[in-house]
Amino acid sequence: MSELLLPPEHRYAKIIKEQLNEDGNELSILNLGPTHPATHGIFQNILLMDGERILDAEPTIGYIHRAFEKIAENRPFYQITPLTDRMNYCSSPINNMGWWMTLEKLLGVEVPKRAQYLRVIVMELARITDHLICNSILGVDTGAYTGFLYVFQFREKVYEIYEEICGARLTTNMGRIGGFERDWTPKAFELLNTFLEEFPPAWKEFENLFERNRIFIDRTVNVGPISAEKAMSYGFTGPNLRAAGVDYDVRVAHPYSSYEDFDFKIPVGKSGDTYDRFCVRNAEVWESLSIIRQALDKMPEGNEYHAEVPDYYLPPKEDVYHNMESLIYHFKIVMGEVPVPVAEIYHAVEGGNGELGFYLVTDGSRTPYRLHFRRPCFIYYQAYPEMIKGALLSDAIVILSSLNVIAGELDA
Amino acid sequence: MALENTAIQEKLAATFAGEVFNFQQERDIFSFEINANKNTAIILFLKNDPDLRFHFLTDLCGIHYPDNPVEKQFAIVYHMHNWYENKRIRIKAFINGKNPEIKTLSNIFLTSNWMERETYDFFGVNFIGHPQLKRILNMDEMTSFPMRKEFPLEDGGRTDKDDRFFGRTIDNC
Repeated sequence: MSELLLPPEHRYAKIIKEQLNEDGNELSILNLGPTHPATHGIFQNILLMDGERILDAEPTIGYIHRAFEKIAENRPFYQITPLTDRMNYCSSPINNMGWWMTLEKLLGVEVPKRAQYLRVIVMELARITDHLICNSILGVDTGAYTGFLYVFQFREKVYEIYEEICGARLTTNMGRIGGFERDWTPKAFELLNTFLEEFPPAWKEFENLFERNRIFIDRTVNVGPISAEKAMSYGFTGPNLRAAGVDYDVRVAHPYSSYEDFDFKIPVGKSGDTYDRFCVRNAEVWESLSIIRQALDKMPEGNEYHAEVPDYYLPPKEDVYHNMESLIYHFKIVMGEVPVPVAEIYHAVEGGNGELGFYLVTDGSRTPYRLHFRRPCFIYYQAYPEMIKGALLSDAIVILSSLNVIAGELDA
Repeated sequence: MALENTAIQEKLAATFAGEVFNFQQERDIFSFEINANKNTAIILFLKNDPDLRFHFLTDLCGIHYPDNPVEKQFAIVYHMHNWYENKRIRIKAFINGKNPEIKTLSNIFLTSNWMERETYDFFGVNFIGHPQLKRILNMDEMTSFPMRKEFPLEDGGRTDKDDRFFGRTIDNC
């Protein structure tokens, strides 16, 4: 049977043959993916199974690899944001802002306080949607569809806020060097306030549906645990690491965009199992909501939404038509004739899944010489085979969704 | 910050005299170059030394410098992070362009396994001792290494996106 599924040179073929000689039971091969409805993305895992138990797994990735790093080497800096959208598409504003902050660090641009706070708000909204999807889909994978249907409408509400800010919903391409492309409309703040009123009760109810639910606890506690040492060696960051009990958060370790002004906790778990990952994400949503409220309260007066950096920030279109200086700046920016220092920059932000790093090498030209994305998903997904060893097939699905592996970020 | 650059530099210079050089503070990251032959020893030292404690490998990637002399045409860049003191460092190891190879870190950090596979996939750098050095994002049948600078992004016969039409030549763009 196995010969049909596996090429004879595959290492599992040998294992199956030897195992058969020992005790007469045949191990089997199961192809999980590439397109499987339960994996929520394109992942292939060749599983070596003994009955229902998984003995080993071999992941294959790269099904949606789009060569972003190569494309980025051939594009002017401001055209790279749309590429970052498509990495972790559940929280694209974080990726966008991370990229702009990398450029601002390179160019030495000081962003006004108000724009920084607006960025914090939109990044925390993105974190909420990211965790919301991860946790509610985890519920779906354990058989609880209701929670998902109940909170998913709030992602829609957040997308309406994005739409009001930048015009796009999923792949936002939000912001510019030094701030935002336009000021937030009163409607955006209105939508944000409505969201802050309506979402917390729903999220509370979602938590109540799961956190003390016997079935959910049975399905998740002690499923796919990982120790803190192992997690750090595997390069885990973000909620998955914090679930193992390590309180590392880029927002605190290297505050960016004025995160040091806000008061928030870093929730940590203990055993690093699926249940802890779920609880850490739940708790982080509350912290994000608190950060958004604080940012709204502390928001400086005025309507500054970008830095005064005419070399890099496109002037308003009316001025381009009537004002010589604006026309020159517009032309220079669009044609990529802006001065860029020769430097190597590493900037990290706390993405939905962990430390999202941008390593940028410039040579003074209009495009990056080398741009490397440190994608948290790519780095921690390599622990997946080890985490599902000895687990049941249904647990493997739950572990995969609790890790929140996003195919776009995995494959870049 | 408790862990000063000078402390790191002195410790490294005392243990690996001549193998570690070009120390500099580059913006917010302390960076230096190492002799590629000594990469595992130096990184293991950085990880295990009770004062340095760079226990987290944040990032590993390659860079291609086709214009450099042949023995320095590829660079492997390691970003390491000490969470106790919250200190980041960047380590660069230049390797030969003809036959790029460097020792693997996969015995030191489990995370370097896929990062090195990715670097192999895109640059063709051979990581000596890697447990499973094969392509990861590109298809197995591919023969070239696409992140090398000589690899064209798109079909070379295309004329509609020629830079000449924008008043720019290859040299000044």
